[in-house]
Amino acid sequence: MSVDNNLPVASRELPPVEFGRRHVFWENRRIAWRIPVRSLVVSAVLLVVIIAGGLYSMTIGAYGISFGAVMDAIVNPAADPDIRQVVFEWRLPRVLFAVLCGAALALSGGIFQSLTRNPLGSPDIIGFGIGAQFGVTLLMLVFNLNTYAFKAVGALVGGLLTALLVYFLANKHVMSSFRLIIVGIGVSAGLGSLTSWILITVSVEKAMMAATWGAGSLASLGFDQLIPAAIVFVLVVCVALPLNRTLPVLEMGDDAATALGIHPARTRFSAMVIGVALVALVTAAAGPISFIALAAPQIAQRLIRSNTPMGTLPVMLTGAALVVVSDGAAQLLEVPVGVVTVSVGGLYLAWLLARQYSRRA
Amino acid sequence: MTASLQARDITLGYGDTPIISELSLEVPDNSFTIIIGPNACGKSTLLRGFARLLKPSTGSVLLDGAELRSLKPKEAARKLGLLPQSSLSPDGITVADLVGRGRFPHQNAMRTWSREDERAVAEAMDVTGTTELSRRLVDELSGGQRQRVWVAMALAQQTGHLLLDEPTTFLDIAHQIDLMELFAELHREGTTLVAVLHDLNHAARYATHLVAMRDGAIVAQGDPREIITAELVEAVYDLPCSVITDPISGTPLVLPLGGRRSWQRAAR
Repeated sequence: MSVDNNLPVASRELPPVEFGRRHVFWENRRIAWRIPVRSLVVSAVLLVVIIAGGLYSMTIGAYGISFGAVMDAIVNPAADPDIRQVVFEWRLPRVLFAVLCGAALALSGGIFQSLTRNPLGSPDIIGFGIGAQFGVTLLMLVFNLNTYAFKAVGALVGGLLTALLVYFLANKHVMSSFRLIIVGIGVSAGLGSLTSWILITVSVEKAMMAATWGAGSLASLGFDQLIPAAIVFVLVVCVALPLNRTLPVLEMGDDAATALGIHPARTRFSAMVIGVALVALVTAAAGPISFIALAAPQIAQRLIRSNTPMGTLPVMLTGAALVVVSDGAAQLLEVPVGVVTVSVGGLYLAWLLARQYSRRA
Repeated sequence: MTASLQARDITLGYGDTPIISELSLEVPDNSFTIIIGPNACGKSTLLRGFARLLKPSTGSVLLDGAELRSLKPKEAARKLGLLPQSSLSPDGITVADLVGRGRFPHQNAMRTWSREDERAVAEAMDVTGTTELSRRLVDELSGGQRQRVWVAMALAQQTGHLLLDEPTTFLDIAHQIDLMELFAELHREGTTLVAVLHDLNHAARYATHLVAMRDGAIVAQGDPREIITAELVEAVYDLPCSVITDPISGTPLVLPLGGRRSWQRAAR
């Protein structure tokens, strides 16, 4: 691997293309990759934030453990068994869940923002998150199915049906992202009130359980939920990898994308299913953690100075860092993580809307 | 004359109403083919059929003897490029990055950016004179510059055939000529170009093969010096005119007579 900005250009002596950023090139007979140096640096910094934030959040709780003791418990099998039990059974799965949820939500947000070509086009805003939440509430309270697998199915079906509903309501010959967002807001308001209706018709205990889940919390999650969620997550991310290259091309319009060898309808459909699946797998485990999907791709895009909200690794790392840090803050404040992300994300949304309107005016 | 790109008996339309019925057209290799005709004559529809944007309900488009639709999309995209009539430049994209996206059909998961990609982008920007704009944002460019950047994007695709859908619409006369000269140069360097154009005199000056359409059918085709006559223009556009020889290029120059409104001509 070599850092090189001056690739030799054969035949006519043309100067190298000025992309305005430095790249790392890695080229041999089989592989030819170009990675912006900035993406690598940003990803490394985010990784450090995630690890430091995760370790710090493992020290917080009713049973106070020092930073050094957490480190010792992780690397040293002969450490105090009580501390090891607290760290491995309760606190580590929570941190890993925060990483997984953040990464999945951020990737989903990147997919939908790229599809709609709009920073507001995230699954929280266009109603797919609420749809997943509705699906889970329905299964959990009306049909009494409360395992991860059933919740995941409920979230996926709820999310997909909502996506289809929004898609067909908003689709009149031409797809306008603005109409998609407006219809999505309407549909999510309707589904939100249906969810409330279910909550007030069931017993108080059940409603409390659903409400705790509905606030978005990582507190009660263990390895038994983490492992199925992680397997699904890895599978979906593998399927999503090609979108990293096709979605930015689709952003150039259907005609240009077709001319470049993309099948727009097919790509759009698979991207939608993958995006909803990512939201669903998080919603099933932790309940709705809002605004990560909205904010993470935009933050990542600015950090790496990219021209698309779609990008696999930096976007997922940004989401993971946001949730890990939010969850640490949530533990200090003793509130569910969803409350922290909603509060911080609400401010961000207000700023985003204000900026969009001032640009249009 | 060989024609590796051709339409055979294609019917194209939106919904149930065909705009073009069983039309055949051979695009001569290494030609600068320009399709002209009045609004709604089906010229853009025909181009969309060639560009895989519309699926023919009958017949087929052939490229190098193979049916275009049987090729994998990326394979077709390595042979046939398009400058769309309207395209969206993503927010905050630079010129070099937009041109670089033209390399998509040559890339895959293992080869996301190679030296060939770099070279193709550098050449495309050199030919179109957009090298100095590399780091500028596409949104900030003038209409003429932006169109050149999109041409560079299509050139970076390195296809033997390039389709141009009304490439000069919305540009002022100087930028129109600028762009037509660029296309003429690309044609001289061996790219087969197929364009849909509104300006009859530009078509007459730059086309090596002119196709005149009306009501979804081809009325005449051939060398513009041989086919452009006052009778043809009147037959295609209902426009009484006089045709003289362009003193600059020696190609036909169409001068509308005017004086009568089109609804009066139609009533005649």
